[in-house]
Amino acid sequence: MLITCPYCGPRDVIEFTYQGDGNRERPQPASQDLDAWNAYVYDRLNLAGDHNEIWQHSGGCRAHLRVVRNTLTHEISSVAFTRGDHKVAARHKAEGKI
Amino acid sequence: MAEYSAFSLLKNALTGNKDWKPAWRKPDPKASYDVIVIGGGGHGLSTAYYLAKEHGITNVAVLEKGWLGSGNVGRNTTAVRSNYLLPANTRFYEHSMKLWENLSHDLNYNVMFSQRGCLNLAHTPAQLDDFARRGNAMRHLDVDAELMTTAEIARLVPALDVSATARFPIVGGLMQRRAGTARHDAVAWGYARGADRRGVDIIENCEVTGFLRDGDRISGVSTSRGEIRARKVAVAVAGSTGQVMRLAGIDTMPIESHVLQAFVTESLKPFINTVLTFGMGHFYMSQSDKGGLVYGGDLDGYNSYAQRGSLPVVDEVMSEMLALFPGLARVRMLRSWGGVCDMSMDGSPIITTGPLPGMYLNCGWCYGGFKATPASGWCFAWTIAKDEPHDINAPFTLDRFHRGLVIDDKGQGATPRLH
Repeated sequence: MLITCPYCGPRDVIEFTYQGDGNRERPQPASQDLDAWNAYVYDRLNLAGDHNEIWQHSGGCRAHLRVVRNTLTHEISSVAFTRGDHKVAARHKAEGKI
Repeated sequence: MAEYSAFSLLKNALTGNKDWKPAWRKPDPKASYDVIVIGGGGHGLSTAYYLAKEHGITNVAVLEKGWLGSGNVGRNTTAVRSNYLLPANTRFYEHSMKLWENLSHDLNYNVMFSQRGCLNLAHTPAQLDDFARRGNAMRHLDVDAELMTTAEIARLVPALDVSATARFPIVGGLMQRRAGTARHDAVAWGYARGADRRGVDIIENCEVTGFLRDGDRISGVSTSRGEIRARKVAVAVAGSTGQVMRLAGIDTMPIESHVLQAFVTESLKPFINTVLTFGMGHFYMSQSDKGGLVYGGDLDGYNSYAQRGSLPVVDEVMSEMLALFPGLARVRMLRSWGGVCDMSMDGSPIITTGPLPGMYLNCGWCYGGFKATPASGWCFAWTIAKDEPHDINAPFTLDRFHRGLVIDDKGQGATPRLH
């Protein structure tokens, strides 16, 4: 599997570290909403199909990346820096991906 | 008299083997049942078997999307063990071990259960201390465990590189002698036949496409072969748990589906007579009765519903194998394949009533589901029949995550890819 890092270009998956489901929403640090924290830590959509997830290019530029990858075919349709993620999140939301 | 016996083998041999019955029927689904079990893998079939045998509930359908045993029950590396640290897990897997020990007799079907032992190798003194702690925890609960020295290990597995110059020298190991392997297909076929002979309908090529409701109670399923009603609907679909639960309107579960690969080499003469695990990575190996070395390692490490893996993990598993057995360098790998594992957030399973009225849930097997097959079905059948869990599966609830009662044997936290 190749992931096209926006900075380094196409690289083998062994250069990357999977950081999990990117659909989860972390509560504000001061939040005392236990249900929200529990949901963030434990609950997963576990989608079959396009899946929004976070990877780090740990063996390369070390950037954190938001990747949309199909969990049935392993096909990757988008890779973006998580830096400035609010814009990416807004775009994914607009495209119905999250 | 049992259907399969020395006498019946002889009799059928003399009459040209024409009188054997198929091991299970191929019935069409009825309009309704007392219990529907979704998933015709090991756990679904053993659930149906124990529902009929232990609780007298025989009006049961097992619905399987593909053909019987086409999922993880036929894809695993067949190891059976009960060498856990935490009491909830130890009790559950030891109950399973006791069922395994009598399973061929109980099913009148040879599952080729072979108690050849399972040896976890330790490569540092600290790891050996940790194994001693786990061994003591097991012995507290009457499970067998013994620490082995490097010299004893060298005698047991002569091909192992036990030299001090090995990349990760072996300093000892933890052995469970009663652990071993079983023939995984035979487990599926034996449970299927046992359930079928007691009246359970096993319906293959029948995909569940939705749930029927009566008010807020689940009252059946719609399938590719029509609607089927039941008072109780049990879900035992392993890697497909997320997809099936979504059909019932439950969007999130404490489960991620990941792919795990397994490998087998060409047949060799007797090479290793135990199940061996490597302590400085993730690698386990045994030898099948056909002679092939059966082995595997870690998950690929990212969410996947594809029943195939990627090459970096192949590379890693092979290098771990050669770190232990340099002599296998020129042995050819025959086949590799992948299975989709339902990785839970604490590495332990879920066997429970609910989460909706009329529904029962069995999932979260990570990659340890095969050894659990008998106890999983036994406990799930109890839970379905009595509408409450047995003591043995009472800790394995769905709400334990939100209540802070996780059972995390490996201490990894909520990172499913690391369990």
